Amino acid sequence: MKTVAVIDYGMGNLHSVSKALEHVADANTRVMVTSDPEQILTADKAVLPGVGAIRDCMAEILRHGIDEVVREVVATRPLLGICVGMQVLLDHSEENGGVECLGLLSGDVKFFGKELRDSEGARLKVPHMGWSPVSQVEPSHPLWQGVDDNARFYFVHSYYAHVASEAMVVGRSEYGLGFDVALGHENIFAVQFHPEKSAANGLQLLENYLKWKP
Amino acid sequence: MGLAKRIIPCLDVENGRVVKGVQFVDIRDAGDPVEVARRYNEAGADEITFLDITASHEGRDTTVHTVERMASEVFIPLTVGGGIRKVEDIRTMLNAGADKVSINTAAVFNPEFVQEAADRFGSQCIVVAIDAKKVSKPGEQDRWEIFTHGGRKPTGLDAVEWALKMENLGAGEILLTSMDQDGVKNGYDLGVTRAISESVSIPVIASGGAGNLDHLVDGIKEGKADAVLAASIFHFGQYSIPEAKKYMSDRGIEMRV
Repeated sequence: MKTVAVIDYGMGNLHSVSKALEHVADANTRVMVTSDPEQILTADKAVLPGVGAIRDCMAEILRHGIDEVVREVVATRPLLGICVGMQVLLDHSEENGGVECLGLLSGDVKFFGKELRDSEGARLKVPHMGWSPVSQVEPSHPLWQGVDDNARFYFVHSYYAHVASEAMVVGRSEYGLGFDVALGHENIFAVQFHPEKSAANGLQLLENYLKWKP
Repeated sequence: MGLAKRIIPCLDVENGRVVKGVQFVDIRDAGDPVEVARRYNEAGADEITFLDITASHEGRDTTVHTVERMASEVFIPLTVGGGIRKVEDIRTMLNAGADKVSINTAAVFNPEFVQEAADRFGSQCIVVAIDAKKVSKPGEQDRWEIFTHGGRKPTGLDAVEWALKMENLGAGEILLTSMDQDGVKNGYDLGVTRAISESVSIPVIASGGAGNLDHLVDGIKEGKADAVLAASIFHFGQYSIPEAKKYMSDRGIEMRV
């Protein structure tokens, strides 16, 4: 029996994430939602979701001691970060007047800005909400198996990731500017979009994560 | 390629059943919201909006259970509206698996509720529903007011100013229903849709009045909406979602197809 821990620190869309994982999990995989560090560390893989303001997410992560757990997880087994659960893995975010993050991936989280425009000069709404294509910078990555290049995924965010090293970027998207939407580094895979809300493409990515052996 | 415009079918649900049912071929139970949502998901709907019109208190448990079932089987964004009056109501729906909640009348009488909700759960899950009706007379400058009670009660609040206020309080999206048009199928009120969409910087969903595919196109092109919501044109089999997407896409609108 294999287990996947969905890390609960009070700030995630845990139901959606766990139901989507259960939907794609085989009979030998158990999905558990837990905030217990010991239990998280018994799992074969972990998922770090996150929605809402990053200041609150980081505060809850620290309060529950999840920062240490996440460090331990990525040193020993795979971690999938989703949305704010991806952003907190970076060094720093501009949101809420500036928030220090976990620093597991080198890079920053920046604001789209109030005056975002497309290539034709039309004003773009913020948050970036809806289905945008993701270009696969590294199409051979196991998590893209069965997912078309430029397949659309569901996004909802006002802040985006910009990582320090191109080598970490597995997928990119564009919304007024180009930004990093899928990051891969050793045991970490992290996405800005919501695979659990991205219909067939999202489910495929989650299934790939469950099979992934980095 | 960039961000796609969205098509959002809306289900009116009472005591766990879709009101008036849905006319799909080969559907097992056209009154089961979960079955209907699953079919829309398969057809390529971009989101689902679930409007709970259950009046009784006991019926709310049925609603929560329905949302739970839907969120376990349908993996696209799900918005739940109707009867969201307290922070607790939002928590219950989000825990049941909703991605967003739509706040309506409660916001009119207590706008601080929107702020409290956005602070607590994040703007990304707070949709403010606005029911607007044109109040200016022919020849006057266009003006729309917020109405409550299904369009019967005027509030004296200017719709565009109200939308801006909701954005400032933390709304993440506006669901704009033009009351003159709702159910009449003459198309969305493009004037108010455009006025609000161009004033706020958050996404706007056009609702109320879609009767054919040109109306959807107009809602996006003329109304500048980011998404179009429709019920009966899809429920009664007049058009399918793929048909609507192709039609819009052929007219230069970026869609997820």
